[in-house]
Amino acid sequence: MGKISLRQVTKQFGDVTVIPSLDLEIEDGEFVVFVGPSGCGKSTLLRLIAGLEDVSGGAIEIDGVNATETPPAKRGLAMVFQSYALYPHMSVRKNIAFPLRMAGIDAAEQARRVENAAKVLNLTDYLDRKPGQLSGGQRQRVAIGRAIVREPAAFLFDEPLSNLDAALRVGMRLEITELHHRLKTTMIYVTHDQVEAMTMADKIVVLQAGRIEQVGSPLELYRTPANLFVAGFIGSPRMNFATGAEAARHDAHTIGVRPEHITLSKTEGHWQGTVGVSEHLGSDTFLHVEVAGIGTMTVRADGEVDAHYGDRVFLTPQADKIHRFDAKGIALK
Amino acid sequence: MARRTTTARKTGNTVLAWGVGLLIFFPILWTILTSFKTEGDAIAIPPKFLFFHWTLENYVNVNAQSNYLLHFWNSVVISLGSTLIGLAIAIPAAWAMAFVPGRRTKDVLMWMLSTKMMPGVGVLVPIYLMFKTFGLLDTRVGLVMILTLIDLPIIVWMLYTYFKEIPSEILEAARMDGATLRSEILYVLTPMAIPGIASTLLLNVILAWNEAFWTLLLTASKAAPLTAFIASFSAPEGLFYAKLSAASTMAIAPILILGWFSQKQLVRGLTFGAVK
Repeated sequence: MGKISLRQVTKQFGDVTVIPSLDLEIEDGEFVVFVGPSGCGKSTLLRLIAGLEDVSGGAIEIDGVNATETPPAKRGLAMVFQSYALYPHMSVRKNIAFPLRMAGIDAAEQARRVENAAKVLNLTDYLDRKPGQLSGGQRQRVAIGRAIVREPAAFLFDEPLSNLDAALRVGMRLEITELHHRLKTTMIYVTHDQVEAMTMADKIVVLQAGRIEQVGSPLELYRTPANLFVAGFIGSPRMNFATGAEAARHDAHTIGVRPEHITLSKTEGHWQGTVGVSEHLGSDTFLHVEVAGIGTMTVRADGEVDAHYGDRVFLTPQADKIHRFDAKGIALK
Repeated sequence: MARRTTTARKTGNTVLAWGVGLLIFFPILWTILTSFKTEGDAIAIPPKFLFFHWTLENYVNVNAQSNYLLHFWNSVVISLGSTLIGLAIAIPAAWAMAFVPGRRTKDVLMWMLSTKMMPGVGVLVPIYLMFKTFGLLDTRVGLVMILTLIDLPIIVWMLYTYFKEIPSEILEAARMDGATLRSEILYVLTPMAIPGIASTLLLNVILAWNEAFWTLLLTASKAAPLTAFIASFSAPEGLFYAKLSAASTMAIAPILILGWFSQKQLVRGLTFGAVK
């Protein structure tokens, strides 16, 4: 079981309040991603759940039991760190067995579980190497291996992929998601990368300045962002925003349209603009179009689109995909 | 572009390096040479470098006049004792300062270091009186105590610097893996810090071995280490250079040999953290 509840949790470092007051329910077996810009408090929140930092106020419950004062070793959670944090003086085998050794599990059982974990993570051939002799991806797998042997109530991942190169990151992303499907254990995953959040999560928690901006499934957040911040943060490329007269026509302070919800035409449309930089990705082309009175708008067009620097084009937003926000940035229904 | 070095330049640099090396080593070499001279040759003008009457009589005389083994043993007990006790106190202290620093940790470290800036003679009288009152004069226990206290700031500082290099995430990982504080220090921190602890140990054994101010002032005969043994040969009735040199050679030989065999560790210790 791995149900985690945060009740009015606050955290201060000296005079600085990192997390004002936060409530959150994480259901058993859920894959929850904390996402937000750097400094938003997402790692701090994870460390509070882990017990590596003490809360300044409020309570943390794990499976209905108050764990606020429980030391990290006794919370039954496993953590994978950004820097892997492997023990450099121990072999891979000993690294993975370390939590079992600390739990006083007998040697035969330790060996069996380590072998199992190694098989799952394709590490069988590397068990007798030291971490220094492994590649980044392998080290990350050892760190995950060390976490899974304990059969924890929940896994905590602190930006585990940010030290890997782009290709490896996509591979590990799949592996972790796959692992979640197989183990069905609660996972809490911290990242600043909204793509990781969108692709992996059952539930995304968007944080800013220690506050929860919105909680929801990836598609809920994409379809109905609660405010300007979430609208701008979720989705790539970023949502286009317009204020002033254009927004007023929709009875809003600000309107937003995603690049993929704008139709491009050479002959007619709602807005007229000039093509600036176009980024060709093969399957798609991102056009940065300068629209008079609004500013630069990003448009997601076909990969083969015939538009060049300086071309005059027309843009039309899909009427039902326009997001409206009030003066405080809150979404209007 | 690679820097161009001519053969002439390389030769020049080599000669210069050897020259500087010999200049630094010369006093020790001269002491060793003098220890094999007669007292007459030792003060001869012009000085005799290699061509003199080689003799072992100084070593025989020195051993006859005093008990080298007793002083040697005192040096071993005092330097090792003070270093080991120092380490036992400093490892937990450095752990706390490196991994759970408080707001005043930096100040505490600076304050500890500042005690090294005070000349020892400034506290000579109070310490002498305390030693006298507690019956610690001329005892090994007394010397171990004073040397531990004197070297503790350096031991804590060195260990603190080494521990700072260990990523705290690794210790946090151990905590998440269910390690108690004791297991964390025993199975994770210490094995990772062994090179640093070894360098600290070596350097402090050498410092304590060579410490002369307190060892000379607080001992007479029973607890006197090798520093006092050397000093005893600069007698009021005149300087016997050859005997003094023989005593010096015997006193520095053990530490020189230790230093030779552990030079790799020492160099690593002294430059640790400079390049990363």
